[in-house]
Amino acid sequence: MGKTFAEKILTDKAEKEACAGEIVIASPDFILSHDNSAAIIMEFGKLGLKKVKCPQKIVIILDHVVPAASEKYAMNHKIIREFVAEQKIDYFYDIPYGICHQVFAEEGFALPGKLILGADSHTPTSGAFGAFSAGIGRSEVASLWATDEIWLKVPETIRMEIEGKLSLGVYAKDVILKIIGEEGAERANYKALEFAGETVRNFSLASRMVLSNMGAEMGAKSAYCEADQRTFDWLKGGAKADFTAVFSDPDARYEAILKYDVSSLEPQVACPHTVDNVKIISEVECTPFNQAVIGTCTNGRLEDLEIAAKILKGRKVHPKIRALIIPSSRKVYLQAIERGVLKIFSESGCVILNPGCGPCLGAHQGVLAPGEVALSTANRNFRGRMGSRDAEIYLASPATVAASALEGNIADPRKFL
Amino acid sequence: MKKGKVWKYGDDVNTDIIFPGKYTYSILEPEEMAKHALEDLDPGFAQKVKPGDVIVAGTNFGCGSSREQAATCLKYAGVQAVIAKSFARIFFRNAINQGLPVIQSKEAADRLSQGEEVEIGFIQGEIKTGEEILTFSPPPREVLRIFEAGGLIPYIKKKLQNKTRIQRRCH
Repeated sequence: MGKTFAEKILTDKAEKEACAGEIVIASPDFILSHDNSAAIIMEFGKLGLKKVKCPQKIVIILDHVVPAASEKYAMNHKIIREFVAEQKIDYFYDIPYGICHQVFAEEGFALPGKLILGADSHTPTSGAFGAFSAGIGRSEVASLWATDEIWLKVPETIRMEIEGKLSLGVYAKDVILKIIGEEGAERANYKALEFAGETVRNFSLASRMVLSNMGAEMGAKSAYCEADQRTFDWLKGGAKADFTAVFSDPDARYEAILKYDVSSLEPQVACPHTVDNVKIISEVECTPFNQAVIGTCTNGRLEDLEIAAKILKGRKVHPKIRALIIPSSRKVYLQAIERGVLKIFSESGCVILNPGCGPCLGAHQGVLAPGEVALSTANRNFRGRMGSRDAEIYLASPATVAASALEGNIADPRKFL
Repeated sequence: MKKGKVWKYGDDVNTDIIFPGKYTYSILEPEEMAKHALEDLDPGFAQKVKPGDVIVAGTNFGCGSSREQAATCLKYAGVQAVIAKSFARIFFRNAINQGLPVIQSKEAADRLSQGEEVEIGFIQGEIKTGEEILTFSPPPREVLRIFEAGGLIPYIKKKLQNKTRIQRRCH
């Protein structure tokens, strides 16, 4: 019997044969954390150790509330800066860099065949590069800093084979929203996902990251895409470590193999207040809203901004809409400047924010008042997430959000393309 | 065995409605965290919950963010255990690591009703109601050790003191 990718990685990292269902003690390649590092430092402090065990495995990227929006946030950042200096943690990325999952990939940590653990639920994003990448809690990160090991249950794997060419105006975001809508928010709980098929192979790394990022919204522990030539080209010259791509065996045992044909897929929208409450664009067209958000770890990459800019070019955002643009990293921001994309946004009346999480988790930069509605490219639309518990959040692709910002109501992007 | 009243909720109780993201980096004190527990799901909960009370919910409890405060705010609010049909993976780990008992039992989640008084024996795998005793699989030994130590951090601390268990070597 062959092994899945997840079984192979955990066998390798635990240095013992590992099959789905077993618990192993594993040592990760990289440990990611962000602004919550301040809380992790507090937990680490309780252990009474002077030094972290493996400083070269620790990657800290500030992104959640950057720059600091209050004295408390400022204090958290200060604690983190002092700690990384004291512990000689080289892989520290202060506020200029951007969203942790994006920067983590850009800086060459998201690598095929690596075990990555992070104190953020969207850590599976790095699975787009062929890594096993899973979210964990703060205490676990603190104990990893101390011991360099953690217990992990080897997950069963669901393989999702996606075939067909997407039609104009339909993107990776629509694909994954469709899948989550059909399968439900709990379908992949405790499980590993494997995205495969012609559609995924033809996706850019940015689009694969959308799939892996949203895997978390199905409860997935990790969300893997096979590394291929596109992956290797993307990583050329930038990888932080040597790597070897790992693949599932053809005779691996899966919990399920699900097949999708996306050739006739239409734009999708996740409606309040759960990510699996997904509807076709025509069912929600003309829904009024107040704030458009284009950015986040799901859809703030160059290709996302370019699609939105294509729709907004030479047009004006509807006067009742506040349109926020948040490039996911400084690198993306610079590319967007070079390509004239930010100029288009500014001319059309958008507000361009600095790279970071923005208002996605409701901490700053555009939180919602009671009764307000947001249409966002983010991954989560839970009640209260972007501010008031009496606000609503719809989720869609950058194209749908851009088109809707023009009309002032949720709109089908295809008429602008 | 500790007695408490049941607070019953539905499926997909997510981390944002358990402990809103806007507080995750600004509220650090246990008493303050307790005041915001379940704020966006049931605004009256934090005022009325009594030490020993139990949350009973449907599927996918704790889905969403990895924020550990989703578990700690419930613990600080006095919740003795969460019983659900299923738990989201990271919440489940966080709860164990914070020493908050999490019990996966479809039967108990179906049977127990709002306001009902229950007594829970986590280690014994028992939930006593007025009329019956519902059983569940007690936690595995590894998990129990973390509970007995009072959570992951005290557990690791104890382990670290026993230097032979963990070699200070970077893989």
